[in-house]
This record gives sequence, structure tokens and C-alpha cells, in this order.
Amino acid sequence: MWSSRGHGARIAALTVIGTAIVLPLVVFVLGPNMPPGKGTTVASSQVTDNTVLLVVMTPFTVFILVYLVYAVVAFRAKPGESLVDGAPLRGHFRAQLAWLVSTTAAVLFLAIFGTTELLADNGAGGGSGPNPVTKPGGAVLPVQVIGQQWEFTYRYPTYGGVETATLVVPVGREIAFHVTSLDAIHSFWAYELGVKADANPGVDNVAYVKPEKVASFHIRCAELCGLWHGYMSDTGYVVSDATFASWIKARQRQFAPIMKYLPKYATSYTPDPPFRAG
Amino acid sequence: MRTKVAILAACVAVVGVLIGFYVTLLASGPTPYTVPAAQAAGSRTANLTLQTVAAVGELAPNENWVSYLVRERGVWHRSTVWTLPANALVHVTIYNFDGKSGLRNPFLAQARGIVGGRFAIDGKPVSLINPDDASHTFAIPALGVIVPIMGVGDNAPHQCDEAPCALSDAHETITFTFRTGQPGHYRWQCFVPCAAGFVYGFGGPMQTIGYMDGYVDVV
Repeated sequence: MWSSRGHGARIAALTVIGTAIVLPLVVFVLGPNMPPGKGTTVASSQVTDNTVLLVVMTPFTVFILVYLVYAVVAFRAKPGESLVDGAPLRGHFRAQLAWLVSTTAAVLFLAIFGTTELLADNGAGGGSGPNPVTKPGGAVLPVQVIGQQWEFTYRYPTYGGVETATLVVPVGREIAFHVTSLDAIHSFWAYELGVKADANPGVDNVAYVKPEKVASFHIRCAELCGLWHGYMSDTGYVVSDATFASWIKARQRQFAPIMKYLPKYATSYTPDPPFRAG
Repeated sequence: MRTKVAILAACVAVVGVLIGFYVTLLASGPTPYTVPAAQAAGSRTANLTLQTVAAVGELAPNENWVSYLVRERGVWHRSTVWTLPANALVHVTIYNFDGKSGLRNPFLAQARGIVGGRFAIDGKPVSLINPDDASHTFAIPALGVIVPIMGVGDNAPHQCDEAPCALSDAHETITFTFRTGQPGHYRWQCFVPCAAGFVYGFGGPMQTIGYMDGYVDVV
């Protein structure tokens, strides 16, 4: 049934056919449902990025699976066949070249694509450190995210530096999250916003995002930070401009008494007290 | 050969039993305290009485660790897992015998999530304290509850060094009420870096259930 020649051609043909079948499913069915959804420009870009990654890996995955199944079927021992050593392996220049060229091309493409996406999306929702290479144009609303064992709190420097226990941001406006910590290393992960930025003590880690629809989103710490790390989660809200304006006013009234004790807004804070003597 | 197999089987059995004991010990955790519920003025209520001490003493293996204690039928226990009634008003009294450590985040010195937005220190209603005067906090983040606990002054006479402390020792009395809401399993914790001798004050008793952290089971 199987001639000793033509294995490569058959595997290549099956790979092409398999890829042709799977690829549309990846692009039109799986891709649009990839995380984290399309709640923000950054999140939408991440869905696209994940889809592109899947598309690039599809032919390689199909090839490996085809090769595996083909080998099991074509090279299995027939009933009664004695156990013999396989044919000696020799280099196959064209096969090696094809593999090297295709995988190198894929990796280089992804490197260039990934770098472009990082720059085009002003960090793609990840923390870009205190001095991001690219910044969004126009007005940006800064919101400071303060990690501490074991809760995130939030300061709004353009609203008198008021601090809140709940994260609320307006829809349609560019937000700059300034992520920092007062103790251990945390990671601010606002899942549906497509934001995930490390919170390091003494560091201002900036992540940009532009919410595109009114919704709630999950917040959790993504860096193992101690006993209650698993409980360090919350719900944030993207609201209309009017709702945000009334909410922030209410918080300014509510937390007016404590404002005199808060340190002046800074991009990061030195943990104080550093420890308790004992 | 049979002897070797028997020895191996016995060893496996012994290790299995030891693992079973260990897992059971981990799963059982601290003994929970069910706070008695009562009916008053059409509402379910419960009274939770706590004390905070600088050193837990002989009540725990780590005698020098700071800790919360709960009063059950007049006796102080080291238990930080409590069962509270759902949709009830919980009246909390905390006797704090510990000194001032200071809050790392001053924002947490203003009370939230409690009935009326105010708590009382020795009977005087307030909504916040100076963050530097905080000794501990009582916080159930998922319920939005946080109350700062005023510390005992450095020069106060008759300071208590080790639990259980008596009300004749220097202390601050903190009282407040919060509503439990729907049934759930919540953690509670202290936000003051009060673990003496640990980096950033958040090791040891701050990372071990039974001292400055615990669970509230609302049922």
C-alpha cells in the first residue's frame, strides 16, 4: 500500500489540506472568541494578536499531527513481520532547509508583528515602566493603582488626589494606570480591560487603556503575594462620563476627612513604616 | 522477594497514613467559633467580642506573635474563624491592648462599610483616626468593612505584655456595627504592618490564619 518513496509528498499534501480546513475555523470561529474580549482598544488588539498567533501556529500544528498520524499508520509493523532495525538516518537537505526557513520566517514575523503591536498600542496594556516609549495623544486621565497586602486602592490625581477602594473609569477616555505597590510585588490585572501590569514598591509602572463600552470588569492580583493573594480580587466599572463625574464627587465628599492624612500624590511611595520593631 | 514486597507495601501504607493525617490537619484548620444570633427589633443580631494583644503568650505555639482573640461564653480563645448569621447586624467590641504601629496606607484609617459610617473609641464616636495612631485594623474587604483600631499610648500605665489581658490593663475599646448581608465565605485581615521582627511587618502572624487573619462564614 505504501511505497517507500512519496512519504514527504503525501505528508505535505495532507498538511496543506488539513491547514485549509482548520484555518477558516481558527480565523472565523475561534479567533473572535479569544480572550480578553473587546472591551477596550487594547483588549481588541489582544484578541487580534491571539488570533494571529493561532493562524501562524496552525500549519505547524497540523503538520506535526499529520506526521504523527501518518507515521503511526504507514510505519507500523505488519502482523507477522519480524522486528528489524530501521533504515539508517541520513540528512535530507531540502527537508531541513524547508523546516529551518519556515520556522525562522514564522519567528521573525511574530517578533516584528509583536514589536509593532506593542508600539501601536502604547504598550498593549502591559506596564511600560515609568517612561513609556510610546504614549497616546490627547488628554489622558491618570489613575494610580496602589497594591498592598492584600487589596488594591486607587488615587485620582486630577481630582485632588482622592483615594478610593473601588476602581471606576469613564468610557471613551484614554486612561493611564500608574501601578505601584506599598510592600510586596503585586500585579494589577484588569482582565476585560486587557491590562496586566506589575506593581513594584518604589516603581511607577504605566499602562494605557481606552475603555470602549460601559461594563464591569474583573480585577485580581496576578503575582503570588502572600496569604491572601487568592482573595485579592475585586470588580471595577467602566461608566458614562456623567456617572463618573457624580461618582468621583461623591468619593471626594466621602473621603474628605482622610485627605489631610494622605501623602501628597507621588508616582510611588516609600513603604513607611518599613517594619515594626520587636 | 515476598518479604521485600511486603516491606515495600508496609512502607507505602505508613507514608499514606502520614500524608492522610497531614492533609486532615491542614483541612481542619482552626476551630471555628459560631457567634450566637439573636432577634432584636425585627433584625437578627450578633455580638462579637474580640481583643488584640501584642503577644499571644501560652495560647499559641508562637508566644511572641501579635494576635486577635475571641470571647466565647466569657472565655478568651485564639480562634479567627467565625460563623456569623446572614442579613444580620453584628455588634463588634474590640479591646485593644497593643501599642501604636501606624498604617502604611493612611487611607485605611477612615472607617468604611459600617452602620452610620462611625465607630466609637472608648464611647466617643469618630469616623477616622490619625493613621500613625493605628495599632491594627479590622477589615472584611469583600463586605467593604474596615475599621482602624486605636493603639494604646506608649506611656499608658499597666500595659499588658501577654494574652489574655484583663480589662484592668491599659486598653482602648472600639465598638461598631456592620451588616453581614448574603451568605458567603469571606476572609478578614489586619492591614497594619504589625508583625514585629518580620520584613515589612507582614510575615509570621500576618501570614498565618489564627493570629491576625481569619475567615468569616456568613450562613
